Amino acid sequence: MSNLQVSVYRYNPETDSAPYMQEFQVDTKGRDVMVLDVLHMMKEQDSGLAFRRSCREGVCGSDGMNMNGKNGLACITPLSDVVKNNKLTLRPLPGLPVIRDMVVDMGLFYKQYERIQPYLQNDTPPPAIERLQSPEERDKLDGLYECILCACCSTSCPSFWWNPEKFVGPAGLLQSYRFLADSRDTATSERLSNLEDPFSVFRCRGIMNCVAVCPKGLNPTRAIGKIREMLLADAT
Amino acid sequence: MVTNITSFGRSGLSDWLMQRVSAVILALYTVFIVAFLLFNPNLDYYTWSGLFSQTWMRIFSLLAFVALAAHAWIGLWTVTTDYLKSTRLRVGVQAVIILGIFVYLVWGIQILWGA
Repeated sequence: MSNLQVSVYRYNPETDSAPYMQEFQVDTKGRDVMVLDVLHMMKEQDSGLAFRRSCREGVCGSDGMNMNGKNGLACITPLSDVVKNNKLTLRPLPGLPVIRDMVVDMGLFYKQYERIQPYLQNDTPPPAIERLQSPEERDKLDGLYECILCACCSTSCPSFWWNPEKFVGPAGLLQSYRFLADSRDTATSERLSNLEDPFSVFRCRGIMNCVAVCPKGLNPTRAIGKIREMLLADAT
Repeated sequence: MVTNITSFGRSGLSDWLMQRVSAVILALYTVFIVAFLLFNPNLDYYTWSGLFSQTWMRIFSLLAFVALAAHAWIGLWTVTTDYLKSTRLRVGVQAVIILGIFVYLVWGIQILWGA
């Protein structure tokens, strides 16, 4: 069994004039390990290799990266899912500025997340214990609240690549709908009026890259469609 | 706050709705014209100009021209905001597109009522 051929994006702005791809030979001993394990094996060969990771079980969303052309979380992606012809190419999430190697600057992503005000807003007096929801109202949040903000979806979206400072992006819009759909939130019309311009929501062209890459199996395109329906219902 | 001054309706919602309504109008017009051509294999000038001399056909055609103008404005405006990053170039191209659409629209009206 030959070693796995891994090609990794390297860039250290302090020493490199341009990014380059570095080749590694990794012996996985024939096991179907996760891509993150391969990154650790490479770090043993070259301790300078920089990447983010934390929980290593698909919960924290730190190790989103582009593996053989498709975004995903390295920690929960087995080699058998991505490796073709014994080759693996690893690049940082596309469209965001690279800080070093696989580490990207998520500033624009978080800025768009902040813009949709990702917290409950309610202008009625707080009840003595808690704001109650019916099971049906709670069900509306399923498929929305599970997002871990790994940025795999937004960085696979060409609309976000071209206009990251204006288009909220699939991750932000999924969260936007999470609060629009919440029966305890009373800021619905203010939220909607912040979204009706030609960029924030409507730059989505429905190509569904976000749905194809989401490691949690969520559907931002459907949430964006729901936001459009709410905007239309509100304005006509 | 995201603003825009050269988009068709100044609002993403209205542009989005207009794009869909105009697409339906253009689809209906295309189906009608193709069907008319298929049902009139030996089409001559008198049949063709007879069709366009009827008021309902002129209204339908003008509706299709206006829909085409709106559809092109919204679509091409989107393309320019995606791909043209230099403000000077983008505004210039947008102006050329909008003026071009205006010229075609007036020209179309002149053809419809001029014959």
